[in-house]
Amino acid sequence: MLKFDRRLISHFDWPLLFATLLLVACGLATVLSATHSQDVLVSRLLIRQATWAGVGLVAMFLALSFDYHWLERYGYFIYAVALVLLVLTALIGTSGGGAQRWLSLGPIAVQPSELAKIPILVAVGCYLHRMVGDRRLTIGELIVPLLLIAVPILLILRQPDLGTAISVCGLTGVMLLVAGLPTRLVAGVALAAALTGPYFWTHLKPYQQERVLTFLDPQRDPLGSGYHIIQSKIAIGSGMVAGKGYLHGTQNQLNFLPEQHTDFIFSVFAEEWGFAGAVVLISLYFLLLMRCFIVAVRAKDAFGLLLACGLTAMIFFQALINMAMAMGALPVVGITLPFFSYGGSSLLACMIAVGLLMNVSMRRFTF
Amino acid sequence: MVALGQREVPSGLRRRLTIAVGLACLGFLILLARLWNLQILHGDEAFESSKRNRIRLQRAQATRGRVLDRYGRTLIDSRPSFNAILVPEDAGDVELTIENLAHFLEQSTAEVHSLLEKTAKRSPFAEIVVQRDLSFEKVVALETHQLDLPGVSVQITPRRSYPYGPELGHILGYVGEANPTDLEADPHYRMGDLIGKAGLEKYLENTLRGVHGGQQIEVDAVGRRLRVLHEVPEVPGNIVRLTIDLDLQQAASSALGARDGAVVAVDLKTGGVLAFVNYPTFDPNIFARGITHDQWEELVDDPHHPLTNRALQGQYPPGSAFKMVVAAAALEEGIINPFTRLYCPGGLQFGNHYFRCWEHRGHGSVNLLQALERSCDVFFYQVSQRLGIDAIARYARAFGLGQKTGLEFGHERTGTIPDTEWKMTHLKEAWYAGETLSAAIGQGYVTATPLQMANMVGAVATGKRMRPHFVFRTETPAGEVIEGEQVEEIGTLALRQTTLNQVRDGLRAVVNGPHGTGSRARLPDVNVAGKTLTSQVVKLKKQRQPIGQIPWKFRDHAGFVAYAPIEDPEIAIAVIVEHAEAGGGKIAAPVAHDVLEAYFRFKKERQNSTYAEVRSAADLAL
Repeated sequence: MLKFDRRLISHFDWPLLFATLLLVACGLATVLSATHSQDVLVSRLLIRQATWAGVGLVAMFLALSFDYHWLERYGYFIYAVALVLLVLTALIGTSGGGAQRWLSLGPIAVQPSELAKIPILVAVGCYLHRMVGDRRLTIGELIVPLLLIAVPILLILRQPDLGTAISVCGLTGVMLLVAGLPTRLVAGVALAAALTGPYFWTHLKPYQQERVLTFLDPQRDPLGSGYHIIQSKIAIGSGMVAGKGYLHGTQNQLNFLPEQHTDFIFSVFAEEWGFAGAVVLISLYFLLLMRCFIVAVRAKDAFGLLLACGLTAMIFFQALINMAMAMGALPVVGITLPFFSYGGSSLLACMIAVGLLMNVSMRRFTF
Repeated sequence: MVALGQREVPSGLRRRLTIAVGLACLGFLILLARLWNLQILHGDEAFESSKRNRIRLQRAQATRGRVLDRYGRTLIDSRPSFNAILVPEDAGDVELTIENLAHFLEQSTAEVHSLLEKTAKRSPFAEIVVQRDLSFEKVVALETHQLDLPGVSVQITPRRSYPYGPELGHILGYVGEANPTDLEADPHYRMGDLIGKAGLEKYLENTLRGVHGGQQIEVDAVGRRLRVLHEVPEVPGNIVRLTIDLDLQQAASSALGARDGAVVAVDLKTGGVLAFVNYPTFDPNIFARGITHDQWEELVDDPHHPLTNRALQGQYPPGSAFKMVVAAAALEEGIINPFTRLYCPGGLQFGNHYFRCWEHRGHGSVNLLQALERSCDVFFYQVSQRLGIDAIARYARAFGLGQKTGLEFGHERTGTIPDTEWKMTHLKEAWYAGETLSAAIGQGYVTATPLQMANMVGAVATGKRMRPHFVFRTETPAGEVIEGEQVEEIGTLALRQTTLNQVRDGLRAVVNGPHGTGSRARLPDVNVAGKTLTSQVVKLKKQRQPIGQIPWKFRDHAGFVAYAPIEDPEIAIAVIVEHAEAGGGKIAAPVAHDVLEAYFRFKKERQNSTYAEVRSAADLAL
């Protein structure tokens, strides 16, 4: 079944691989900066992250090794497995930082919500690719995809993990948008959001509400939640043109930056490498986006396109939101910077995503 | 093979995909614009903020200068003490930290909270002193529970202590934390700095405070010191020696005992104050420790007013001591001469009022010497009628009464020397001739502070007035003299030598004469001159005090002023005992006796070897 095809090699997307590896390498270097101390240059966290990068690399190649059309067949099954993992997390997951997000598998802990994003988008893709055509989707056709994401989102929100829930909404939204949303519906949703917003607001955890309020007015409580935004903006801004130099970001090294190795890793990078470095980093992401776009656009079938689209959406929705958040342009939500932020599950998910994109890319000429 | 039907991609999908990616590109552009704004346009500000974040100025408080007595004994010391410091920005969970801190400091959390509110205007990361002068146990508790107390540290600062407690409390004053007004007035101060609040601590602030140093230190987000970037060493404050002789001060204190009153002893050669006793007094140490509300209330509500500096601010009728002024005026104006005799039948009818002599049986025919010796009131009633109040007042002012003595600090009161003009301005009434009689014996409107009285008798002794002062000299911490004693003559009595001698003879007789009222001040080997005084307070008090006061309040004040030795006056002294159970001769003269006796005893002792050594050692150290 898996007959080796020469064309697979010739169509291998090297720029995508290199851009990814470059980002992962930069990410590791930045995690090193964010986690090292005077005594320990290579922290335990860095070793763990590097290990995950290795695991991610293997997973990436596994993800491109099979024909992605398999996902069409087993998409719902994989989706079900992801749901089970999410339920298990809710039942026997381990807690940290006020949230029950992790599932311990022996010595390692994974965050099923991060990994579930791919099964969700695969399932949505499985459903949507049969519906798409020259017309837009009907409202009835939206019910299934919305149900598909509603169940995991509820489970994820329960952990709670607002950031991942928003990511899932975002990437699904992009997929639906590309698949063709009914115009009337878009208007309707906007209206509904305006009406139900207050209800969801009241159901946000206090710290989540606090984050939104603080975003609107960071000086409100400079030592509470506003502290994150202020310190992050100071870190980024103080990098100025050329940066303070690698390992010399004072905001980072002296721990003024909160969550500097996870959600605010971009601030660490921007402080130490300045505007010049940040432009290079953003260009790297842009390059990656262009490669992903090419993969999606060139996909030979609707499923491939939707799959590539969902994976691309997953990566760049997060990248944009995370960086905007670090710059104080969006509220603080726990969304990681793909390939950069410390966190094995997130890195693994992103590398699998790239593997699947390569998978789609390689098989654009096969039948 | 993959059996699933693979559908061609509808064209709409690719179009919308392009739009979506276009939106993402727009997102990247927005990010770049935002970065430009943060890093290029506002980069400098952020850079400054990041520097402020990590660099803190930690002040090294200069050790406040010590205050010594004339012979080098420490009156105010600075010793290391431990303060509990809180930086709320570093505290993490502030509530929890405050709770823990309050527990270890044995304070209520409410107290810490009110402190935080009071200091709400401080700059970020400024330290708040939660408790001063921690006990050793509390220091250990804070140090061992550092993990539960983020943002809390123990700071070593020099603390003021007053080894002799209440002795000289009013003069030494005390220090307190600089309040917002102090901070605004002088940029030298930072929150938590100690600043002189009263007495010499306040007056000598610039001399004693030194120059605070500081360190620029790099800290991390939880306020841990990482390294010192820059350091400016502090310069300790200068040492001030006072003219006070601690031995004499203590002797005077015990002579007065636990009676409300004041004793002032002044060096007549220089004007330096040798002893300055107020009773009751207060212990400046309670201010140095941070006075509690209850302690403050207790001081303020005390009916004996321990916060009042009686020697400087108490305005007492000078009573019979004023007779030396009237005597000098009468002699100088030629109204009497030493041989003039006036008859005292025990009182004098003037208008429709009968003015009594204190000796109801009368003194008979007395000359000036006898009138002073026995303190005959009628003699001075008669003299005053011929002098008139304005002449009396003129002479009184020449003796330094009715005006400030010129002491370098303190809220000195002037007392009152009335004359016709004074009464017109202040009471809008003409002067009654009868009031001159009261004034002649230092009653009525006439008042003076104990310091003025000492000055007055000193003027009789030497014929001149020196500016009283407390500062003997200022020295660097190494002992180098910066400024010596500021001796200043502020007035000479323009009196004939004979006038002065005749008044002096009268004062000598008060102590040494057969009928002298001040014989209890007599010393065996030193000639003392003085004057007793017993001043009525009833009339005054009846006007001021509501009824229902304790009878003690209505008793007369007893006093004594003196100088010695007569031949070459060195020391003048004024004693006031409020509401005494008897007159000045019985109550105040013995106090003066003890002080003078002590003064000459110490002087003699210092001339023999042991004291000479102590003193020369102290002098050598300079």
